[in-house]
Amino acid sequence: MAINYGLSEQQIEIRNIMREFALERVAPARQELDEKEEFPHALLQELGGMDMMGLYIPAEYEGFGGGSLDFCIGIEELSRICIGVSVSYAANALGSYPILLFGSDEQKKKYMPAIAKGKKYAAFGLTEANAGSDAGGIQTTAVLKGDKYILNGTKQWITNGGEADTYTIIAMTDKNKGARGASAFIVEKGMPGFSFGKKEKKLGIRASATRELVFQDCEVPKENLLSREGMGFIVAMKTLDTSRPGIGAQGVGLAQGALDEAVNYARTREQFGKPIIANQGLQWLLADMATKTEAARALLYAAARTIDSGEKDVSKVSAMCKLFSTDVAMEVTTDAVQVLGGYGYMREYPVEKMMRDAKILQIYEGTNQIQRGVIGAALIKEYASQKK
Amino acid sequence: MTDKTQFSGVWVFAEQREGVIASVTFEALAKGRELATKRGTHLAAVLLGQGIKEKAADLFAHGADKVYYVDSSALAGANSDALTAQLAALIAQYKPEIVLGGSTICGRSVFPRVAVRAQTGLAPDCTGLDLDASGVLQATRPAYVGNVLATVVCPEHRPQMATLRPKAFKKGTPTAGRIGELIEAPAAVGDVKTKVVEVVRDAGNQVSLTAADIIVSGGRGLGGTVHFSLLTELAKEFGGAVGASRAAVDSDWINVSHQVGQTGKTVSPKLYIACGISGAIQHAAGMGSSEFIVAINKDPGAPIFEIADIGVVGDLFTVVPALIAALKNR
Amino acid sequence: MHIVVCLKQVFSTPQVRINPETNAVIREGGEWIINPFDEHALETALALKDTVGAKVTVITAGSQQAEAVLREALARGADAAVLLSDAAFEGSDAWATAKILAAGIQKVGAVDLIVCGKQTMDGDTAQVGPAVAEFLGWPCVTYVRKLAVEGTTLKLERLFEDGFEKVEVVLPAVLTVGKEINTPRMASLKGRMAAKKAQIAPVNAAALGLAPESVGRAGSPTRIVKMATPPKKTGGIKIDGSDAAAAAKTVVEKLRELKLV
Repeated sequence: MAINYGLSEQQIEIRNIMREFALERVAPARQELDEKEEFPHALLQELGGMDMMGLYIPAEYEGFGGGSLDFCIGIEELSRICIGVSVSYAANALGSYPILLFGSDEQKKKYMPAIAKGKKYAAFGLTEANAGSDAGGIQTTAVLKGDKYILNGTKQWITNGGEADTYTIIAMTDKNKGARGASAFIVEKGMPGFSFGKKEKKLGIRASATRELVFQDCEVPKENLLSREGMGFIVAMKTLDTSRPGIGAQGVGLAQGALDEAVNYARTREQFGKPIIANQGLQWLLADMATKTEAARALLYAAARTIDSGEKDVSKVSAMCKLFSTDVAMEVTTDAVQVLGGYGYMREYPVEKMMRDAKILQIYEGTNQIQRGVIGAALIKEYASQKK
Repeated sequence: MTDKTQFSGVWVFAEQREGVIASVTFEALAKGRELATKRGTHLAAVLLGQGIKEKAADLFAHGADKVYYVDSSALAGANSDALTAQLAALIAQYKPEIVLGGSTICGRSVFPRVAVRAQTGLAPDCTGLDLDASGVLQATRPAYVGNVLATVVCPEHRPQMATLRPKAFKKGTPTAGRIGELIEAPAAVGDVKTKVVEVVRDAGNQVSLTAADIIVSGGRGLGGTVHFSLLTELAKEFGGAVGASRAAVDSDWINVSHQVGQTGKTVSPKLYIACGISGAIQHAAGMGSSEFIVAINKDPGAPIFEIADIGVVGDLFTVVPALIAALKNR
Repeated sequence: MHIVVCLKQVFSTPQVRINPETNAVIREGGEWIINPFDEHALETALALKDTVGAKVTVITAGSQQAEAVLREALARGADAAVLLSDAAFEGSDAWATAKILAAGIQKVGAVDLIVCGKQTMDGDTAQVGPAVAEFLGWPCVTYVRKLAVEGTTLKLERLFEDGFEKVEVVLPAVLTVGKEINTPRMASLKGRMAAKKAQIAPVNAAALGLAPESVGRAGSPTRIVKMATPPKKTGGIKIDGSDAAAAAKTVVEKLRELKLV
């Protein structure tokens, strides 16, 4: 039997609905979406009608009002079939969290309902060519002129870029102050001076849209500033702390999907007159894959529950679950390709795509090296404060 | 319960569209002839339409002793409101013991309604019909998509109604010049509430799937829309129709009207050629009663080979062109 | 507009067998689901609710277990559910089932439109929709693939074997639909959570004013006297297709021999 995680009735229903959706709608479409590098617009629209786009958005903004664990379960099930689709889904939350965490009631009322219904998509713009892991290196600027901020600069590799209507952007309002000179803004598609660069060609998650956001004297109304000037770096860090379990959930789902494929193949594939799963060597490999996946899930759920408990400092646990789950996803998908042998390497079978897709999980929303850095910093802080 | 002694004769509802009598009608006449002889009664056909009286000759040639003919503009098309009222009125007046029709869209739309009006039972989509000694029709029909054969009877009510699966019964050889009694009855189409505004035939006048003698069908192994042209070409060589599995339809490679199987059409052609179809039970359910099945699949373990008469283990992209070449080379 | 959708609960896999001793149907390896064609009927009604506004009531006849299909329909957006359940209904053929459903629909009250799946995937009779229409004295248009509402008139396209017809019918009417007409939506999360709590009180024969002997086995004109598993095809010859030309030649020769070409 599987581990009993004591999920609520609601969480079980989220799992059921997303599983049905992933199997019935995503599974038949994933290969073509991957090959054509096509954004899964129709799938996200349908998820909107199923209350899934607003899962993490409070009911007062027309969302479902679910917590981190609810959302992670949704992402996990979708990721079991395709993380190209699940990242397009989850990136809406990444783009929304700055508004949900730091926005005024007015800003939330203006932007969240449409996102909750799937009528509009959201995206988060932090990364730049020279500011990846080092978010302090941001060069995009925002200068207040009258009742508008004027933004200049280019954001790179933005998930849902071009597809989203609502963008939360980190830009420097005071370059002299370093990280404390960054501010966060809500920028709408169509604002003057806001355009998109080329769509990136990627190793995996090809259904997702990854593009440059180009700001050339882009005029953003003053009231679109999130929180206060100088809060940009904090907005970004808190957003990532909140969203990281979502990436962990992608890792757990993807690993589970690869395990499903590997075990089913091993049961039916016959060589030397018996199913290959009868070989102990293969059983051990599958056992390790299953154990790692379950351990990642246990850590993920624990981290999500910590966030749901209202705990303030969640940096360490959220980094741990992102780090562990995504490393597991890379290992398990690679092993799944090995289990399927030559078939695993062919595009006709889904594990090839799963392995290609997995790599990004160790890179985006903070590389796994950065996660270790976050965990390391937390350890230093924790132990320094302990009494001897 | 009805007084069964008042009912006699075997009837066949002659389905027609634009004056062309459906092939299943002749199949039903052949079976009806056999049942009427066994029961020692007459065989009658019911022809409803407009200006098609001369078509009665075809019905006589195929074994009808009598033809009931009603001429009305309301009966020209396949309006089920009108056909239901008219057929029910004739049954009430002439009291046949058995009424047969085709399990076509028309038959499946009209017969259930007539059965309610006539307060009697219906055995739909039958593949076998026989009579017991007391004149009770033993109707055999597949249920659970062909996994079960059920024998249905209607012991206490008359007439006993059944629709016959197209192609499941053999047509007889017509006797040219054979004559019978033509009975013209007055129109009684009742209150027709549905109006047929326009009739549109499928472009290209393709052979309809259920009426086709030969079907060439494609599945997941075809890998895309473009490859269906290969099957169209093969079907053309055979003069047959193109079918598809659910996998192919769900992938949007071909329109759903071509789908054969549990949630598609049930077909019984003389020859069914399955290309790149694994033969899941859901597909087999729709084509398992085909007379002869040829399967082409690269997976030797595909379940389609369990029901195929000839199985070719190989790549359909080489085998199908070779088949086309072999057929051209006659 | 008030729309009633007739649903049937069926077993998801057709892989059923017959117990040769008891004649009972043995179901295994599947689950109970909404008859696939009925899902399209439900979607037809829900789409009308979205576009022109309608109340959608779903109805089924069956045991308490059949409640599950009603809850799923509620989860997808139906407004009310009616379960017709009575021991007296057991053994009903399609004719008697239609009679029960028609009585149930009459009890629902003012109804403008009834939508049914074109057939079930187990009994496969395609009889219930047209028969319900007849019991109510309403017109019935079968195999509808497209629909538009103009006032009290429905403008429809209905399939036939080699094409389609454009048909108009004035409400009230019964329609049967196949999978061509739409793609059924999936349940929403709020819908599922609410559907779990919905109260569905079974309606029995007495409440419908149906005498027990007029329905069920006693009230059914037809009876199944024998159930059998059809003889399994033994499979024919298998040939190697690696030499495509040779394989094609063998196949064509065989087909010519059987006069199939």
